Amino acid sequence: MGILEVSNVNKRFGGLQALGDVNLDIANGTVHAIIGPNGAGKSTLLNVLVGKLTPDTGTVMFNGTSVLGRKPYEINQLGISRVFQTPEIFSDLSVFENMLIPCFAKRDGAFRLHALESIAAEKQLIEKAEQMLAEVNMADKRHMIASSLSRGDKRRLEMAMCLVQEPKLLLLDEPTAGMARADTNNTIDLLNEIHDKRDITMVIIEHDMHVVFSLAKRITVLAQGTPLVEDTPENIKGHPKVKEAYLGEAAA
Amino acid sequence: MLGLSKKDTTFLLIVIFLTLATPILLQPFPENSALAQFNAGYPDLMQRFAIFGIFAIGFNILFGLTGYLSFGHAAFLGVGSYSVVWMYKLLSYNVLPGLILAVIVSGLFALLIGYISLRRSGIYFSILTLAFAQMSFNLAYSVLTPLTNGETGLQVYTDDPQVLVSEGSPLSPHFFGIVMNESAKIDVGGWQFTFSNGYYFCAIIAILVFYLSMRIFRSPFGVMLRAIKTNQTRMNYTGLNPRPYTLAAFVISGMYAGLAGALLAAMDPLAGAERMQWTASGEVVLMTILGGAGTLMGPVLGAGFIKYFENIFSKINDNILHTWFSALPDGLEDAVVFVLHPFIGKGWHLTLGLLFMLVVIFLPGGLMEGGTRIWNAITGKNRKKKQDADHHPKPSAHVN
Repeated sequence: MGILEVSNVNKRFGGLQALGDVNLDIANGTVHAIIGPNGAGKSTLLNVLVGKLTPDTGTVMFNGTSVLGRKPYEINQLGISRVFQTPEIFSDLSVFENMLIPCFAKRDGAFRLHALESIAAEKQLIEKAEQMLAEVNMADKRHMIASSLSRGDKRRLEMAMCLVQEPKLLLLDEPTAGMARADTNNTIDLLNEIHDKRDITMVIIEHDMHVVFSLAKRITVLAQGTPLVEDTPENIKGHPKVKEAYLGEAAA
Repeated sequence: MLGLSKKDTTFLLIVIFLTLATPILLQPFPENSALAQFNAGYPDLMQRFAIFGIFAIGFNILFGLTGYLSFGHAAFLGVGSYSVVWMYKLLSYNVLPGLILAVIVSGLFALLIGYISLRRSGIYFSILTLAFAQMSFNLAYSVLTPLTNGETGLQVYTDDPQVLVSEGSPLSPHFFGIVMNESAKIDVGGWQFTFSNGYYFCAIIAILVFYLSMRIFRSPFGVMLRAIKTNQTRMNYTGLNPRPYTLAAFVISGMYAGLAGALLAAMDPLAGAERMQWTASGEVVLMTILGGAGTLMGPVLGAGFIKYFENIFSKINDNILHTWFSALPDGLEDAVVFVLHPFIGKGWHLTLGLLFMLVVIFLPGGLMEGGTRIWNAITGKNRKKKQDADHHPKPSAHVN
């Protein structure tokens, strides 16, 4: 039994069947990639997983708990974090303040009024935040305003913000979209390092085959809202159906 | 000290000093000089500086930190005033029960309005708060006459119960015997300084709530509010529900407004519905933006600036202008006065509007940004150094 089980999920937008009978079983501790051509329903599936969309039918179970009908912040509290296609960070805040907020959320839950306490008194959280910043090599940028970071650093910061909460499942929506090759490779290394170091399951949605084949342990190919095949990267590479639906198209 | 960093403590001490010395600082011109009319050191105006300063500090906690622009904060001002006058009517002229009641009632009122309005953000939130404030105004003006005495305004009558009043207690607002409208006038050379009980009462409360807002700005809660302003999506996906945070900010700023309204009634035992009108709500928005939204000191400066204009500029009339320009030839004198006429007296709003436009266009950070720029120009802190830090971060070893 996997950490995340998606069964019989259907989602319709008007006349468009965005997701049709999606069944997924994501094993604990794996790196699972979901690939597919544009419009295959990858983002819709991700939005269902994080509670942004409610499917018409089907169930999504995380660690034995249903995520359907829960708000995004409740789903995060279950242990699911999400990295966005364009980094979603607190751009007016300093890098360090960006790191503090997930630390507070992890400790205090959805709301606690700390209106008169001082930040400097939270020694444990500060230490935790600084350790995480050091782990992603951003300790020297802690006083910079997040909006002035480079694109790669913003991504790095966003991942650090997710990881400091020690999620069980990390969802990544095209983590390398719009990055230069060097930045992409850095991100791949970072993700591999993260996965090696901690007990975490990753689900990656990605266009870039280079990224997918350097990270994923298992791949699901989605086409027109339905999973076509699910297999190991080696088998996916040579699969005729996949070539036809996706890789062939990319090669042409 | 007091849970603040060293820099903040210094800042607070400066603010305390300036506030306490206001009756002297705002009286720079000798009594009989031509410029004496620009003196602002009389109790009524200084009380307004302090009271509207409190109003703006509270508004800034909501608008400056979370970015939620409320157009209905005058409703809380009015609620505060009515609470105080009711305490006068029922108990006595001691302001303390009124102040406490005002803060509680305006807090509850803010909880109700905030709970509903904060379901929306952006312009919809502003319109909802505006609608609530106008409803409150109209209720106070006509519907709830037994409670608010309608257009006459609520005031104390001789047949009111005033159960705590005994022989010899003061017949105007006081704080355990310290009568608000009493003051000591001191003449030094040509200058006259007025030290009024009312002003110092407002000033001490203003300092306390300024300190409180400083603590809020520097607290984890303050960081959360700034995070909400920047990115609510990330907030949600970090496991935080933005709604209780914004609601808490709304209630806190409503309580500040209620306190300011209470102090208005503590200085002058009257409460009228016009205090809740939308123009009053708009005024606090102007104060905050003019001074610098999101800065600690800005809203206070903005409040002082606007109140100064309202009281000083509006008093200049054509006769005064004629005396100023009497050195010019007759025809030219009349022409200059004719040109300046729309900007003075009743036209002070025009001058204020132009200044507001200039500030918003050239100093988006308000008067505080202007102050910082002048300070940097004087101390020669050149921008180059700062740019270097932003654009050329120290190279780090790229391990991965």
